Formats: sequence, C-alpha cells, structure tokens
Amino acid sequence: MSEVVVETKGLVRRVESGATMATIVNGIDLTVYKGEFLAITGPSGSGKSSLLYLIGLLDAPTEGEILICGQATSSMSNSERADMRLTKLGFVFQFHFLLPEFTALENVMLPMQTLGTLSMAEMHERGAKLLTSLGLGDQLNRMPSQLSGGQRQRVAIARALANDPAVIVADEPTGNLDTVSTDQVFAILRDVANSGRTVIVVTHDVSLAARADRRVNVVDGKISGIFVQEHGKAPAEQPSETAKA
Amino acid sequence: MRVPPVLFIAWAHVTNRLRQTFIGVIGVATGVGFTIMISGVMEGSQRQFVGTLIDAMPHITITDERLSVSLQPAEQVYGAAQRSNFTATEKRPGISNSNLVLGSLRNWLPGAITPSVKVTAMVYSGNARFGVTVTGIDPRQEETVSKLAKQIVAGELYGLSRGSNAVLLGQALATKIGARVGSTLTITPGTGAPVSASVAGIYKSGVREVDERRIYSLMRTAQMLAGQPDLVNEMRIQLNDAFVAPEVASRVQSQIGYRAIPWQEANADLLSSFKVQEKITSVIMAAMMLASTFAIYSIISTITNEKRNDIAIMKSLGMKEYFVQTIFIIEAAMIAVVGIPVGWLLGYLLCVGMTHIKYSNPITEGTLAIAIYYSPVHYIVVALITLACCLLSAFLPARKASRVHPVDIIRGAA
Ligand SMILES: Nc1ncnc2c1ncn2[C@@H]1O[C@H](COP(=O)(O)OP(=O)(O)OP(=O)(O)O)[C@@H](O)[C@H]1O
Ligand SMILES: [Mg+2]
Repeated sequence: MSEVVVETKGLVRRVESGATMATIVNGIDLTVYKGEFLAITGPSGSGKSSLLYLIGLLDAPTEGEILICGQATSSMSNSERADMRLTKLGFVFQFHFLLPEFTALENVMLPMQTLGTLSMAEMHERGAKLLTSLGLGDQLNRMPSQLSGGQRQRVAIARALANDPAVIVADEPTGNLDTVSTDQVFAILRDVANSGRTVIVVTHDVSLAARADRRVNVVDGKISGIFVQEHGKAPAEQPSETAKA
Repeated sequence: MRVPPVLFIAWAHVTNRLRQTFIGVIGVATGVGFTIMISGVMEGSQRQFVGTLIDAMPHITITDERLSVSLQPAEQVYGAAQRSNFTATEKRPGISNSNLVLGSLRNWLPGAITPSVKVTAMVYSGNARFGVTVTGIDPRQEETVSKLAKQIVAGELYGLSRGSNAVLLGQALATKIGARVGSTLTITPGTGAPVSASVAGIYKSGVREVDERRIYSLMRTAQMLAGQPDLVNEMRIQLNDAFVAPEVASRVQSQIGYRAIPWQEANADLLSSFKVQEKITSVIMAAMMLASTFAIYSIISTITNEKRNDIAIMKSLGMKEYFVQTIFIIEAAMIAVVGIPVGWLLGYLLCVGMTHIKYSNPITEGTLAIAIYYSPVHYIVVALITLACCLLSAFLPARKASRVHPVDIIRGAA
C-alpha cells in the first residue's frame, strides 16, 4: 500500500450538552493514503463535520491520536497545530470564508504571506497560476462580492492549495452550489487527488460520494462501513473488515 | 518590498470602514487637542503668575527677627504674631551690624542684596485712612534687587534723592488718595511724629497687595519715621535664579542668625492653590484621555465582532493568536497615528484661540490675556500617553478576538 498521510486511532470527541456529556465522535480508526480521495458520508448529526475538524486539527480530540504525515498531534501546542494547518492542511468549507476586503488573488496569497517563504512576485505568480488552473484566470482582481458562488468556492480551493498541503479537508464544499458548479468542484478535487494530494470530503450526497476512491459512512459518531469504489461508478457495497456495522 | 500580512489586513480593515475610522481619529484628536490646550493654559498661567511674583518681590527677604540658638516651639508656631507685636518695646530691633552682615553675604550670594528700612504707617486722605508700609531704599542699589525702576509709570525713581522726604506711591494707592507726582501727603508712623512727604513718582508692580500698600522712600526718611536714625530692619536679595531661593535662604539664615524668607514661603498660600489646580487639571486630562481611549475601544470591539468569520478562517489557515491580535492592535495604532497629529494641530489652534480671551485676575490688577506656555514636551508626552492608551484599549478586544474558536464560527456559518 502507498504512504499513509492521515491516521486516526481511537478518536473520541465529547462535548458538554446541557448537564451531560455527549459523545459526538466515538472511537474512529481511519487510515487515509497519499493521493487518495476519501468521502465521508452519513446522516445529519452523525458526527461527520466533527470528525473532519479533528482531522483538520481545528479541534482537539478528547481521546485518541491523529497522525498527519506520520506526526502525532495530540500533544502539540496550539501554535504547533497552527503551523501544521498552515503547511500540511488546506480547508474548504460550505461557506467560502473569503476575506471581503481582498481580491481573489490576494485571498489566495494570504496563506503564502503568513508562511512567508516566497517573495511577493513568487506568491503573485503562484496565486495566479492556481486560480488560472481552476478556470479563474480572468477573475484574479475581482473582489469576492463580484464573484458567483461557484467561483468563490473555487477561489477557496485555490487558497486551500496555496501552501501546497498534503491534505485537503472539505466540509460540504458544494452544499451551497448548483449542479454545474458542484460538478466543477468535484472534478477539481478529483484532479487535486490525482496530483498526489490527499482529499477528504464530507458530503451527504451519495452520488457525489460515489466519485471518491473510498467512502466512509459514519453513524452516531462511529464508522458504520467503509466502501472501496471505482470512481465514476456506482458504489460497490463491499464492507471492509474494519467496518463496525 | 514585502508588506507583512498583519499590516496589509489591518490597513484593509481601517480603510474599508472610513466612517468608523474617522470617528476614531476625531476621538483621539479631540482628546489630544484639549489635553494640549489644558496643559498649555495651566503651565502658561502658572509661569505667568510666578513670573509676576518673582518680578514684584524680593526673592529672599531677611527680617530682623533673630533666631535664638534654637527656636522655642511657641516661637515657631506664633512667630508671625510675635514679630508684629513691637509696640510694647517701642523700638524696632533692627539687624545689628548691618554693614558687616551685608559684606559677608555679598562674598558668596549668587545675586544682589540691599538693605532697607520697613516702617508701618498711616496715610490720611479726607476722612479715609490707609495702612501702608514705608520701605526706605537706596535708589542706586534698588535696580540690582528689584524691577522698581521699570515699574515707574509717572515721575522717576531718582526723584527720591531730590527734594526732602520724597516718596513713590503704588498706582492703586495714588488713585485712592488722589495723589499725583508733585502732590504732598502726610505719613503718620505707629509711634512718632507725622512726616510731610512729596510724591516723586508712581509705580505699578501688577500685584494689588503691593500697589495698594507699599510706599518707597529714602532710607533716611524711613528711619526718621521709625525714630531710629541707623535702623536697618530688612534686607532684600535678588537671585540670579529665583528657584534656588529656599536653599540660599536657609544658608543665609544659619550664617547670620536672622530669619530669611524665600519668596516661595512668603507666597505659600498662593502656591499651594496651584497644587489643587494641578489636581483638577489631571482629572480633566484623564477624562479627555478616557474619551479617546473609549473611542478606540469601541471601534476595535466593533471591528473584531464584525470580523469573527475572518478571524475564524485566518486561524484555520494557520495564523497564530498573537498574529490575529496584532492585526487589531495595529489598527488602533493606525487610528492613533493619524489622530495624534490632527490633535496636535487642534491643540495648537485651541491654544492660539485661547490667547484672545482676556480675564481679570484677582491677584494682579486689570485684565490679562490668557498666557499659554508652548512646549514640545506637552505634545510629545500627550502623544505617548495617548498612543499607550490606544494600544491598551485595543488590547482587550483584540485578545478576545484572537481567542475565537474557529470551529464555533465555522459550524455557525454553514
Ligand atoms: N458544541 C456542541 N455541543 C453540543 N453538541 C454538539 C456540539 N457540536 C456538535 N454537536 C452535536 O454533535 C453531533 C454531530 O455534529 P456534526 O456537525 O458533526 O454532524 P454532521 O454529521 O456534520 O451533520 P450535518 O450533516 O447536519 O452537517 C450533532 O448531534 C450535534 O448536535
Ligand atoms: Mg456537518
């Protein structure tokens, strides 16, 4: 098997819910490989987003361990986790979260500026190249308010790719988009995976999930099934041995 | 050149909220401007007042009150009462060996000293009588210890040496008794025979108390009023630097054994009113600072609240907390950096405007223009305090903002 990029071991996340504690992620063991396109599906409220936030180091698990590119993260400081997010991870959410005062290109350059390894000219060039490759070559200097929903989401993907991360995590990235834009976004994520990056997408849309290499179904914070798929085809119902269904 | 992203983002925030930024700038400028004005007026009026005081009176007055080897407690407390209580002895003690004393002090004094004779007396005008102090002086030496020569408004100082028993009157007294140069008046000492004197000149010191009560004559005339031909009961010292008077006075006192009073002590009541004034001024200034600080605080709070989505995504992308915090503190600094020079200009204009206001001073005579003391120190100190207040007031909302948990925002925005 190829290189492991993300690995979770016995991941548990509990939150306070009124007087009691609710377990929203309940013992997830998952291994994701380099260049793999993984879809996380499941009913609403099953814990998909919560799992993704843990994998993306936006939230810390109550129990368990997450390894990103072989590095254990549970004992990391906030600052170290921020560094990991900056260099190893890229995020796309349902809402685009572009900074409204900046152009598409400036938004894409922001993570590069934060990292601070490239010159202004290099950042400019890389940002323009990324946006052009996503079909936004003529929108570089548009403000987010001047872009369509699909265009904004593509700018957000370009921003996620800015520092050449190993993993892209996306939570319902097409949740607000029409079918044409949805197709575009999924095609782009597919390309990103094909280029050797790991893509983890949460979606409740089964037909979209079918375009991934593997689909993990989550129910009540637990993995209920893992389905290996030939992408582009209908899901083959082949529960793997790790499935707890 | 690479602009750090914090600056870049801070700049975008303030320039995209021009109305708020403008209000912040005005808030800071108002605080700075009025604080500068108040400082200028306060320091100006104090300096003007102290200047008048220093010009109008000796920096140190040596009296004929002898300090025994050590003062009795009662004398310390009731010293002033005892000193004026000289009718019992009928003879003023005077400063003995005044020429020796003068000689020894002139050896080291950083300034000039002159002997004089002080006698209390009455001046009658119709039915009214006025208590006065006749100060017998040597006109040639007077110029070295006082501004009297410059304060003459009619007649002249050397008129004292001509004619017999010539006197100089303060303008206020001259007006009250209707005297002019050349008039004659009768001066009646507490004990002894009245003396008929002619007015050789009129002076105006600007200090009402002096202009209403002090009459200058030759020493000889004053000695005649006292009935003691060789009396010297006062020495006046003019220092090169008026502000060392207390130190010099205590040295004089311990050298010659007579009481030496520095001008600060003689005017302790007036000077202590400055302390109250300074306290009130500080309170007003603190309130002004609070106003500009609050303007910044509310603006930064507003921006951070509006920018929670941006903060969430910036943190998701890997920006650290201090980095996010710095953005908002820089925004406050930007507003301050624009507001402070505007405040300087406002403060300067207010000061210039204030000089056109006239007021009547209860201590000095007539109306005066408000004196403004212009000092770069005011501008710099006010700017630094304002900058510090702005940064501090931005610190709390900025820190709160930087602690926003991205997951909370991202969940909410979906
Ligand atoms: N801070 C919290 N406090 C209490 N309960 C929470 C909190 N955050 C999430 N939950 C609960 O955890 C569960 C999982 O939430 P999560 O957002 O991960 O679900 P999801 O699978 O992404 O659902 P959806 O498909 O609707 O987005 C839900 O029942 C939710 O109500
Ligand atoms: Mg979700």
